[in-house]
Amino acid sequence: MTTSTLTTQGHVEIRDVTKSYNGVEVLSGVSLTLEPGEVVTILGPSGSGKSTLLRTINHLETVDSGWVAIDGELIGYEHRGGKLYELKERHVLRRRTQVGMVFQNFNLFPHLTALENIVEAPVGLKRLNRADARELALGLLEKVGLADKADAYPRQLSGGQQQRVAIARALALQPKVLLFDEPTSALDPELVGEVLDVIRELAGLGTTLVIVTHEIGFAREVSDRVIFIDHGVVLEQGGPGEVLGDPQHPRTREFLATVL
Amino acid sequence: MTQVENRRAAAAEPVDGALRQAQRPEAAALRQAQRPEAAQRPGAVDFGALPVVRTKHWIRWILGAVVIFVVAQLVWTLFTNAGYGWPTVARYFFSDAILRGLGMTLTLTVVAGALGFVVGSLLALMRLSKSPLLNSFAWSFIWFFRSVPLLVQILVWFNLGYLYPTIGLGVPFTTDYFVETQTVTLVSAFAAAVLGLSLNQAAYSAEIIRGGILSVDAGQLEAAAALGIPQHRRITRIILPQAARSIIPNAFNEIIGLLKGTSIISVIALAELFYVSQVIYNRNQQVIPLLLVAVLWYMILTTVLSIAQFYVERYYSRGSARVLPPTPIQRARAWAAVQWNRLDDEPKKEVAA
Repeated sequence: MTTSTLTTQGHVEIRDVTKSYNGVEVLSGVSLTLEPGEVVTILGPSGSGKSTLLRTINHLETVDSGWVAIDGELIGYEHRGGKLYELKERHVLRRRTQVGMVFQNFNLFPHLTALENIVEAPVGLKRLNRADARELALGLLEKVGLADKADAYPRQLSGGQQQRVAIARALALQPKVLLFDEPTSALDPELVGEVLDVIRELAGLGTTLVIVTHEIGFAREVSDRVIFIDHGVVLEQGGPGEVLGDPQHPRTREFLATVL
Repeated sequence: MTQVENRRAAAAEPVDGALRQAQRPEAAALRQAQRPEAAQRPGAVDFGALPVVRTKHWIRWILGAVVIFVVAQLVWTLFTNAGYGWPTVARYFFSDAILRGLGMTLTLTVVAGALGFVVGSLLALMRLSKSPLLNSFAWSFIWFFRSVPLLVQILVWFNLGYLYPTIGLGVPFTTDYFVETQTVTLVSAFAAAVLGLSLNQAAYSAEIIRGGILSVDAGQLEAAAALGIPQHRRITRIILPQAARSIIPNAFNEIIGLLKGTSIISVIALAELFYVSQVIYNRNQQVIPLLLVAVLWYMILTTVLSIAQFYVERYYSRGSARVLPPTPIQRARAWAAVQWNRLDDEPKKEVAA
């Protein structure tokens, strides 16, 4: 993974993003700038819009207004002559491959083995031939400590192992930005550690990490910046020591009191 | 003694030898020794050493006897009732005419099945598409071909000449043709059969395939999209293989239905299996034996398809089950291995175990 260690890309710009479902505003004018290689944790009560914000970054959710750009390229739209053109599916796909995503429920493909899950995207996008992709996948599996599980189907793995395969799968496209949507929420408590270990190793390798989580201790240890969101608004952000150690906003204090 | 003789001697032991040994006093004593806590407490009963008396299921036994009697009676009539005409069945079973009819039945099944499922897949994708035009076209197609009886469809295709005497290529919405041909020559009996069967099949398989696609978890599509996998590959590699699990049993139902449904083609005098049987019994009046010939062939083909279904289902259950169910061959081999090992075992070892 030499390319991702050397990359200085992965700059994410989120500007005035709003999003409503059935008239309920989930995001109301969120603006954030994520620096390349930064590890950012998003905290907030459930329903606060943190997952939706995460999903707008790779265009799994379209925004109602505002925009999201990665390294100056708009997500989902093309800026030409003072107008924004909605991009065709395959152009969205090309940009989306710069952003990896790890889901709460893993969403591994159950009919493919761990190895095939990882190989699928690089081969499907014709980035690598099957042999090279296989080699890459084996390397990634080793990195997440599952080299011996290459031929196992997801159903044969524990939740923690599945999530580690899912992280390896997201890394296979060497994304500039990696999104984690509550990666440990569906895991038994004793399996949380092994997944956090893998994420901890990724921090500081140059990939921008955006993590939605409820693991406050982990957020404190791993993040460069912590962002607190409630009711679709960024209420507070700063270093983990500031936001978690000395919260300014009453809602943040209230939230931390219930979680800690 | 040679090794083979040794095995024979071991085989002479009753099959339930292990069970009996458990009841022998020395075996009981051995168990007692293995459970010191039971031996130490005076008066405590070691339940492990007691013989087990199984419940007797009287009603099950009586019903079983009744079923065996009824089945035996039926089998007996199969052999004693001359009306079945088994010699006639045997004479015609491999006759040229019947085999040619069988060939036609198979051809119709394969062609109409393949066309039906290809068109059906397209219709299913159209039904799921965001375009309201494609969606409603597919809906209407399915509605129409499910509404009109198959028999009527085949008769209409066969008699299309009454409706459109000629078919040609020309300026749209006029009758100025560049090329023109007689409908009767274009739509032969075979073409009418294929058209009727496959369009009808397409309508039904479309709904089966759509149902299968809907059964796949939405997270799968999201994960594939997040990985940037292109759309056609998302469908062929991720969605359809998972949808196949719920599609396959229904699809085989449809194919088996289609196989027997081809007998409806006899109304337009196309020489498939059932039509040929009819022609022969109309000539020699051996109605039941000739129908039996057709039925036995349908049964054989259905059996082959059912076996194929087992293996196809097994293939697509990869990943949904932790362990795949063994195939009948694997099961037979495992059973044989167990029996073989049992021959090798020396009685002493069994006691120790």
